Amino acid sequence: MSDATVRVPQGNGPVGASVEQADARSHVTGHTIYVDDVQLPRLAHMVLARSPFPHALIRRIDLSEAEKVPGFIRALTAADVPKNIYTILGLIGFGLDEERALADERVRYIGEPIVAVIAETRAGAAEAAKLVRIDYEELPAVFDVEEALAPGAPAVTEWGINAFDFDGRPFRQVRFGDVDAAMASADHIVEGRYQMSPIEHAPVETTGCVARPEPDGRFTVWTNTQALNMSLDLTAHILQIPTRRLRFIGGTVGGGFGGKVDGMVEPLATLGAWKTGRPVKYVYSREEEMVVSSTRNGVRIYMTDGVTNDGVIVARRVRSYIDCGAYSRHTPYAVQKHAANLAGPYFIPNASFDIYCVYTNRQPSSAMRGFGVTEASFAMEVQMDRIAELTGLDPWTVRFRNAYHDGDLRPHRKPVEDATLIEAMQAAARLVGYELSPELLAMSSKPREV
Amino acid sequence: MAKVKGRGMAAVNYPTGMNLGGDPTIALIHASTSGVFNISISSVELGQGLKTVLAQIGAEALGVPLETVVLHNDDTDTGPYCTGTFASRTTHRAGNAIIAAADEAREVMFEEAAELLEATPADLMTDGAGNILVRGAAGRSITVAEVCSAAHFVHGRAIAGRGIFFKPKSPVDPDTGAMDPDSTEAHACTIAEIEVDTETGNVRVLRLSSAYEVGRALNPRLVHGQIVGGAWMGVSHTLYETTAPYYPLVEHAPTSFSEYLMPGPAECPVIEAEVLGIASSNGPYGQKGVGEMTANSPIPAIVNALYDAIGVRFYELPVTPEMVLRALEEKASAAELPVPEVVH
Amino acid sequence: MTRSATVRFTVNGEETSIIVDPLASLQTVLREELLLTGTKAGCRQGGCGSCSVLVNGELELSCLLPIAEVEGCSVETIEGLSAGEKLHPIQTAFVENFALQCGFCTPGMVMATKALLGENATPTKDEVIEALSGNICRCTGYEPIVKAVMDAADRLKGSDEVSLVGGES
Repeated sequence: MSDATVRVPQGNGPVGASVEQADARSHVTGHTIYVDDVQLPRLAHMVLARSPFPHALIRRIDLSEAEKVPGFIRALTAADVPKNIYTILGLIGFGLDEERALADERVRYIGEPIVAVIAETRAGAAEAAKLVRIDYEELPAVFDVEEALAPGAPAVTEWGINAFDFDGRPFRQVRFGDVDAAMASADHIVEGRYQMSPIEHAPVETTGCVARPEPDGRFTVWTNTQALNMSLDLTAHILQIPTRRLRFIGGTVGGGFGGKVDGMVEPLATLGAWKTGRPVKYVYSREEEMVVSSTRNGVRIYMTDGVTNDGVIVARRVRSYIDCGAYSRHTPYAVQKHAANLAGPYFIPNASFDIYCVYTNRQPSSAMRGFGVTEASFAMEVQMDRIAELTGLDPWTVRFRNAYHDGDLRPHRKPVEDATLIEAMQAAARLVGYELSPELLAMSSKPREV
Repeated sequence: MAKVKGRGMAAVNYPTGMNLGGDPTIALIHASTSGVFNISISSVELGQGLKTVLAQIGAEALGVPLETVVLHNDDTDTGPYCTGTFASRTTHRAGNAIIAAADEAREVMFEEAAELLEATPADLMTDGAGNILVRGAAGRSITVAEVCSAAHFVHGRAIAGRGIFFKPKSPVDPDTGAMDPDSTEAHACTIAEIEVDTETGNVRVLRLSSAYEVGRALNPRLVHGQIVGGAWMGVSHTLYETTAPYYPLVEHAPTSFSEYLMPGPAECPVIEAEVLGIASSNGPYGQKGVGEMTANSPIPAIVNALYDAIGVRFYELPVTPEMVLRALEEKASAAELPVPEVVH
Repeated sequence: MTRSATVRFTVNGEETSIIVDPLASLQTVLREELLLTGTKAGCRQGGCGSCSVLVNGELELSCLLPIAEVEGCSVETIEGLSAGEKLHPIQTAFVENFALQCGFCTPGMVMATKALLGENATPTKDEVIEALSGNICRCTGYEPIVKAVMDAADRLKGSDEVSLVGGES
């Protein structure tokens, strides 16, 4: 890589200036074309028939009523999907082939897609989707992460264990220093159970795409994915076609926040275009965006800190349960990110973290702004205030005394670089007119003197 | 009936980028016959201002005016690979790739200019206004446009460049958890001032004051946009929104915006932020990612302010008015005090 | 059986006559029949305001308005505000105040602003906030939008421009 990393702006260039947003004029005039604005001749519409149950076997699918709806063109089921494995992280060898593009034998969350109906109009497709008759056999469902891991819990996964496997363990672990000894030597133990809710990204533009078949056998797909190449590769994989047959167009999205990285819609829309020879538009309704599309994980964190009378954290033990819902999607990566940030911006010399990616029968979670870190920050920052109260110190002092410096080793054994927490806190104190003690004002993020 | 105020703080770090198999992003740049520089990428704009800031980086690295840079990110047929827009990675990765591509294009441009000006490339500089000058030799200059034209039609040079950002894959050690998951850390500290209505349980966030250390701010207004938007989202996460109001149960899942509650403009706090510009060691022009982190310090700052206001520590989010009222009732009966009568 | 009716109305000053299902929403007619896609479809539930247009100067959620209801009316959409490169002062205010990010809520916000300033040329901040309360933004946190509206009011003070350029008030 070039020496771009240490570059300083030339002084006569635009870096550092608040130049006008490239899209501002297009957005403010309504000129920008978003996915749902794409209009094509002979455009057909796709709406999905989805599971109303959190956990069930599919016994029978009857399309006869749906087919009678005026404008009905075609319905796709699992048998129509060339490689019916949807796995966003599988492309880079990280995830599991556990989810289907269209459910075949079993559904594991309310809203899981089963039949893709294509019709002349959106209303027609929605009507036909409603008339798809599916016979289910309901199965027991589990919704709580700790219940899901307990013996005897309903099995959400095919292999029976409701936890993602990390190198032979049902959790990702971090082990640093000697937590047991450090806890034993601590003056105080602070424990807490923290819980953050699943959150919907709620971009004002819903997830969607339009797929058009081209005369040369290629497909053009207009999409609001946050990852054009990843979505293209996933579509090629599911359709079992070479990637050169796909051209993805997008790049300007009406809000993402991590909610448009799953690549859920492009494979089915493209398959629909292939099977019907028509351009197919598949855009989530607002209800689908809320109930079906991926959410931020619900995360439950049990955090135990061993603390000295001076407010210094000598050990941290954490057990976290990250609720991935029915399928793991990006959550194994959230586990990694969570693991790498459970000490936050603090130097904690002894740490033991067990982080679970737990399957439950709820709508699958996936990436969202702050993925894995938002939850860790919430837990540890409430914990910090509790430590302050317990040791009789003010909240600033506790944080300054624990703040990491450049060169400190974090629990995942990466040395800290670009540490600036201390400076940020000093600036914040100045901003609100809070007078820091001389001890805290004298601190900096420079490497500790050995 | 009482409105009780409280103050709380929180401090956070946030990593830039990720590491799941290289995390690559590639950029391609080429110059037209008249000095328009076309930057080709496939990185996706979500509204954070990616297209804007990447064009700024490209213009800066090339040494040409911003208005002569055209950026395309919309077509996988013409754009090179980008892993995607998430993990606060994109400005960092695409920015570094663009700088590398710009360096290569600039080198060719300077070779051409040197030939035209009868100088050596090392003696040349750009003025950012569309000209290439010989250092220390007033009057010896040529426009970028002329250089590009000559490259095409006189000397036969392709003023173009390619760049890649790549982070060597680092697997997680299964036993220790040792890994190299990111590229740099940004930091923030937020102080929240809130007001609790003890009769209704409503919590109003009055002010969020923050210091953000996010590397060099390449476009200060865009950074500020993330801070304000994220602060609002933090208020929303803490006090309003959830897809599972009775988590872990799935019942009563919201299906519309009338059920999925988020604060409106009337519920927005005053947001003030100071942005420090301590350059990172590896971001383009010392940048750090800011897009994801801006809800993270407001959330616990508000929760800590709640404890300051009403002496109740909340461990579950969102903190709804119902939860506040129940907590106040519990607190009152735990203290064996009668629940205060509301007198109208 | 398909319903159909002829509906006549003006859009951004131009007379239009279409034969359409009278219960089709104005939103669908604008976007799919007239190909005026500047008016967005964020929810089709009346909850987000991204479909906001002006009908006879009043702010309406076009997703909830059957097309038959606009017979004989004057409809203004975002497309009617600017003329080529020349932006309406409201639009300029949004651009200069960075009052947008992803842009999806922006047409609705601009139309809500136009409706407000058409009846109240000097709104207070609280009046601006109330006027925008039917429009959801997920990106900006609203602060720069409110500033842009106040700025737009200043720009338009003393001028007739609120009702100029395309639409009729």
